[in-house]
Amino acid sequence: MKPAAFDYLRPSNRREACERLHEAGDDARLIAGGQSLMAVLNMRLAQPRQLIDIAGIEDLHFIERRDDHLAVGAGVTQAELLEYPGLAEAVPLLAQAMPWIGHWQTRNRGTVCGSIAHADPSAELPLCLVTLEGQVVLENRRGKSRRVMAGDFFQGVLTTDRRQDELITEVRFPLARPGLEYRFQEVSMRHGDFAIVALAGVIDGARVTLGVGGVADRPVCRVFDRHEDPGETLNAFAWSLGAEDDAHATAAYRRQLIRERGRELIAGGPSDEEIAHARQG
Amino acid sequence: MHAKADQRIRVTLTLNGRERSGYAEPRTQLCDFLRHELGATGTHVGCEHGVCGACTVRVDGRASRSCLMLAVQAEGRRLDTVESLAGEEGLSDLQQAFRRHHALQCGFCTAGILMSCEEFLSRVADPSEALVRDMLSGHLCRCTGYTGMVQAVLEVARSRRLATGPDSQQENNDV
Repeated sequence: MKPAAFDYLRPSNRREACERLHEAGDDARLIAGGQSLMAVLNMRLAQPRQLIDIAGIEDLHFIERRDDHLAVGAGVTQAELLEYPGLAEAVPLLAQAMPWIGHWQTRNRGTVCGSIAHADPSAELPLCLVTLEGQVVLENRRGKSRRVMAGDFFQGVLTTDRRQDELITEVRFPLARPGLEYRFQEVSMRHGDFAIVALAGVIDGARVTLGVGGVADRPVCRVFDRHEDPGETLNAFAWSLGAEDDAHATAAYRRQLIRERGRELIAGGPSDEEIAHARQG
Repeated sequence: MHAKADQRIRVTLTLNGRERSGYAEPRTQLCDFLRHELGATGTHVGCEHGVCGACTVRVDGRASRSCLMLAVQAEGRRLDTVESLAGEEGLSDLQQAFRRHHALQCGFCTAGILMSCEEFLSRVADPSEALVRDMLSGHLCRCTGYTGMVQAVLEVARSRRLATGPDSQQENNDV
């Protein structure tokens, strides 16, 4: 289908973008790469009066490695972050998870911050950001910026803590710490489809932080002790997420995946990358 | 810039090496602009929500869904479509390989697939079969079963490597 009609605005800086957002109220949507939003517009699931294109704002286009985090500006595409030299060493979880985002062709335009802003519960980047305890940086029309912990930012299906006149300017992924292990696994109908269950893990000695996406209305994390049998706690975790049946999988199957893949991940089993590598021989 | 919903905006871009202009409403998808306004009907429109990949074109070198992009977003960009592939001397090496390996039947999806494959080959000089399949997973083809395409891409990668020699890897020369 074709999108319903809307005004198209192309602000030249952050402040102007926030001003336009403020003026338009609930009638405006921001667009950067548009790889989620354009599909929604084409199917007329959303019919905003105004579309505010931030892709041309120069100073949103940066990837910066700072003291303890990798900052990714709102103009950066997923492909650009994947090609960032040393990503696997700086934020190994991203290097593992990002090839699972859509396809080569959508990663070429889809932005990192756009995926965070869209807040699809099955998306890989929100899951990574929450599991790593990263931050979202927002700026309003007065030029005032605030940082929100990822765990507080996602509030439900396609719902975030972003206020009406705010623009996400960057997201911050904490850098890998020495000695820690990072793992990502995903189960979907086909590679590139929405995750039925996605798991991200940070293994810090005996302490394992396990994040789960694709089940609850947002990514959810729980901490496990590697020395204890995770059987019961994993089962309780799986039930706590309120899994639902849909066209792709039953709730029971989702819980089973969390129990089995979660156990594997906590025990430090092979990552998907290793499995794929082994399969290729 | 603030364009009203019913306003027709002049969009200028470089299409297959030539500067072209036309008019588009804010909501006009890039694929429709190419076909209806610029007459470049080589690009096909399939699902219109980013799933099938038939409408894939290269935007500043990057393979992208032209149904998930607005014409106004293409202002000033370099666009390459399937029409750019064949030259005076006939089909390109990739097109010939598609033909040899029966990598198409009805051909509806082919225009988009060729553009993805071209970007892929320009960035990955020596791809594994798994990587080719991963790239092709962004496209739907209901005729072929993809095997011929995989063979064609691997063959072209091989022949281009031989032509450029082992020392002149062409990786990332397009970014």
